[in-house]
Amino acid sequence: MSNVMPNEWKGFVEGRWSSGTINVRDFILKNYTEYTGDASFLTPPTEATKKLWDMVIDLSEQERAKGGVLDMDTKIISTITSHGPGYLDKELEQIVGFQTDKPFKRALQPFGGIRMAQNACEQYGYKVDPSVVEIFTKYRKTHNQGVFDAYTPEMRLARKSAIITGLPDAYGRGRIIGDYRRVALYGIDRLIEDKKHQIDTSLVRMTSKNIRLREELAEQVRALEELRELGKIYGFDISKPAANAKEAIQWLYFGYLAAVKEQNGAAMSLGRTSTFLDIYIERDLRNGLITEQQAQEYIDHFIMKLRLVKFARTPEYNELFSGDPTWVTESIGGVSVDGRSMVTKNSFRYIHTLDNLGSAPEPNMTVLWSVKLPRKFKEYCAEMSIKSSSIQYENDDLMRVIHGDDYAVACCVSSMRVGKEMQFFGARANLAKCLLYAINGGVDERLKIQVGPRYRMVEGDYLDYDDVMEKYDAMMEWLAGLYVNTLNVIHYMHDKYSYEKLQMALHDRDVKRYFATGIAGLSVVADSLSAIKYAKVKCIRDENGIVVDYEVEGDFPKYGNNDDRVDSIAVELVRTFMDKIRKHHTYRDGVPTMSILTITSNVVYGKKTGNTPDGRKMGVPLAPGANPMHGRDTHGAAASLSSVAKLPFRHAQDGISNTFSIIPDALGKDNTVFMGDIDFDALMENDND
Amino acid sequence: MNGKIHSIESFGTVDGPGIRLVVFMQGCPMRCLYCHNPDTWSVNGGREVSAQEIIDEYEKYKEFLTNGGITITGGEPLMQIDFVTEVFMLAKQKNIHTCLDTSGVTFRSDNTEKFDRLMEYTDLILLDIKHIDSLKHKEITSHSNENILAFARYLKEKDIPVWIRHVVVEGYTDNEEDLLELGKFLSSMKNMKALDVLPYHDMGRVKYEKLGLEYPLKDIQPLSKSEAVKARDIIIRGIKQGLREKTE
Repeated sequence: MSNVMPNEWKGFVEGRWSSGTINVRDFILKNYTEYTGDASFLTPPTEATKKLWDMVIDLSEQERAKGGVLDMDTKIISTITSHGPGYLDKELEQIVGFQTDKPFKRALQPFGGIRMAQNACEQYGYKVDPSVVEIFTKYRKTHNQGVFDAYTPEMRLARKSAIITGLPDAYGRGRIIGDYRRVALYGIDRLIEDKKHQIDTSLVRMTSKNIRLREELAEQVRALEELRELGKIYGFDISKPAANAKEAIQWLYFGYLAAVKEQNGAAMSLGRTSTFLDIYIERDLRNGLITEQQAQEYIDHFIMKLRLVKFARTPEYNELFSGDPTWVTESIGGVSVDGRSMVTKNSFRYIHTLDNLGSAPEPNMTVLWSVKLPRKFKEYCAEMSIKSSSIQYENDDLMRVIHGDDYAVACCVSSMRVGKEMQFFGARANLAKCLLYAINGGVDERLKIQVGPRYRMVEGDYLDYDDVMEKYDAMMEWLAGLYVNTLNVIHYMHDKYSYEKLQMALHDRDVKRYFATGIAGLSVVADSLSAIKYAKVKCIRDENGIVVDYEVEGDFPKYGNNDDRVDSIAVELVRTFMDKIRKHHTYRDGVPTMSILTITSNVVYGKKTGNTPDGRKMGVPLAPGANPMHGRDTHGAAASLSSVAKLPFRHAQDGISNTFSIIPDALGKDNTVFMGDIDFDALMENDND
Repeated sequence: MNGKIHSIESFGTVDGPGIRLVVFMQGCPMRCLYCHNPDTWSVNGGREVSAQEIIDEYEKYKEFLTNGGITITGGEPLMQIDFVTEVFMLAKQKNIHTCLDTSGVTFRSDNTEKFDRLMEYTDLILLDIKHIDSLKHKEITSHSNENILAFARYLKEKDIPVWIRHVVVEGYTDNEEDLLELGKFLSSMKNMKALDVLPYHDMGRVKYEKLGLEYPLKDIQPLSKSEAVKARDIIIRGIKQGLREKTE
């Protein structure tokens, strides 16, 4: 690397980032401009933005009218360079690029599984071209096929009974965040040069581990070359660093676009881009090259593109996730390790798109919340939350301790250092069902078949706490082992048959891999165990002696009321299951973590979980994430939140989510009716009545 | 000492400034037609707790309540004035903001000793004036308003900060002349810090059904926000008129 700063970096403060290493964090910390002011600088949408957004609304309506999908590719297999350029209106778009050759046309992505791709098409009246089906059944194996080749009968059964559920074994696992900022800051040539250097310095003793690494790095180089080609398709040369704000956004977006062209992942998150891009915008504003209005227009058009990311998915998939989420999560704000707020004007601009383009669930705007964030930004977030219900909050003060100040959130809660850490997404184990297995000696209460190990079932009319706990512990032990091993199969096969080469090209060579697991049904289990302990729970058995229902006699403390008697059960449960997970070998030395985060799939899990000892009936949804069961938290929000806050983050490092709904009127007085700070003297001034 | 409470809300945002621990006391002598807490009426129900327990409860949530404090409401808290006084005394020892939500109905101007003591520890009063006209007040609440207005004057003399609340119910408390009159009455209250006009809602209806009580305002519609704003503006006009008359 030469000692001369490239022209594109003129005006930036130099550092480690500019002297031979790929280091985006260093670039950000040395160059960003903290903003502590209010939202008054923001500008409304331009005419072009309004026109484009009207087109999007029109297409959305057409899509809805057509049953959810407007157009699908059935022949061209999606790769980074598979399609020609696509536009809404080339003349008006400041930021360009679609997954296929036109907006709203869904790409064909069969590497995760050909059957999933076929089903997705057939559900909407399309048919995958027979030659493609032939290729992916006869000649090219998919991730899905690989997984089912290796699954044990027990794994298949656990999957069928849904004690382990939502597994990414037929679709892309997602949850990997490429450092798309690298494309803008360094340009493709420099990134390829760096990857080639990584290959040159990789171990040459050909163990399977080293062979795999060399192969993957070669794949990554190829992906970067394709990414450069994608730029060309749209008429840009992205081999060099971006020279201005518009290019920086465009280069970054190409990186992301290439990722979603290659992978139909369960969550395709963006990272932490707003403050990075602010540096380019500030430079252009300083040099008088653009106006605030233009800066907002770039961001509006960029966000518009992120809103139009679409995948071909099956109705079952959509049912599991309550819609068609893409989880384009963008992490905003946070505080640097040296104590500065990382909020910039661009943090405001991103959130402002909820005004300029209207509310939307995607991209998933996630504020990394800290008590240290500037007051004005907090107020703006609160105002926009009330207005749009579209902002997610995560605890930066908690996560910064583990990940530093350049991490981002994938999906809804999974935190990782951008470009340095990734995760193997692991869906979740249903702990509520596991409790029922403990009671019934491994027999599934719905399917009435032996799924778990044939341990002794409970005896007698009433459940005994100590007896149930002992059996539950043994059943969790079994579940943890089976669960981790099932995930080992999945991630081995995903790496083999559907490797995320572009996203991993935008990572360091030696990444830390989190081996994510998750649990569902926490509050049901806590309440059930509380009922067994503090009330009397009578078993109702069917003709085969399987306990299928419960009668609760008396009252019991319920999770969500800041009552330690039951909250401690929930805390213990999290720690216990995580410790059981920790005992097992994980693929690629993954560092095991656990999440408590179901946001939508808890509804489906509820359908598959029988009556539980807390009095919940079969089919009733489990509570989302770490939420208390619906309606059982009766002491107000602070009590409910306090129960959740007791859960130990170190044993649920992949995230704890709490879905909190509140009507705006319950958040405080409406200033249109309420009149505070009354001052009689002031009242009499300007008195015209 | 112990008091009888109905319940505690850990995240109160509408009964005083900030986020507050809201304690609902059990028992109320009034029977307001639009009451949405009929389950707090009876003096026999509720659960007994000590004043210290209330403070302990606050401590559990203090991170949430940094800009708020404790509000005692009900029911009618003044029916248990000794208990409320002790809670507030303990609260002030810990520098917790104290707020009392009351109708003032138990006030007697010839015997204010207990009130004097309570006011030493009270930062803010939410005073609910149901109606300025005593006869109509009686119709709505089963009590006349003399003691309540006397309590308001007492607070003025003591210069205790007050938020005035007034629930607007169509056909009962939305008469323009009465609202003007209310405003005029308020115009002498320099200690008034806020005016909180509450549009009538019928969310308490379910509770009546549960208690086997007939809902008194079956045929009355919830009031819209814009109507509430209108009522508020009339009261403000009344305040201004009152202020003008005084200067003239």
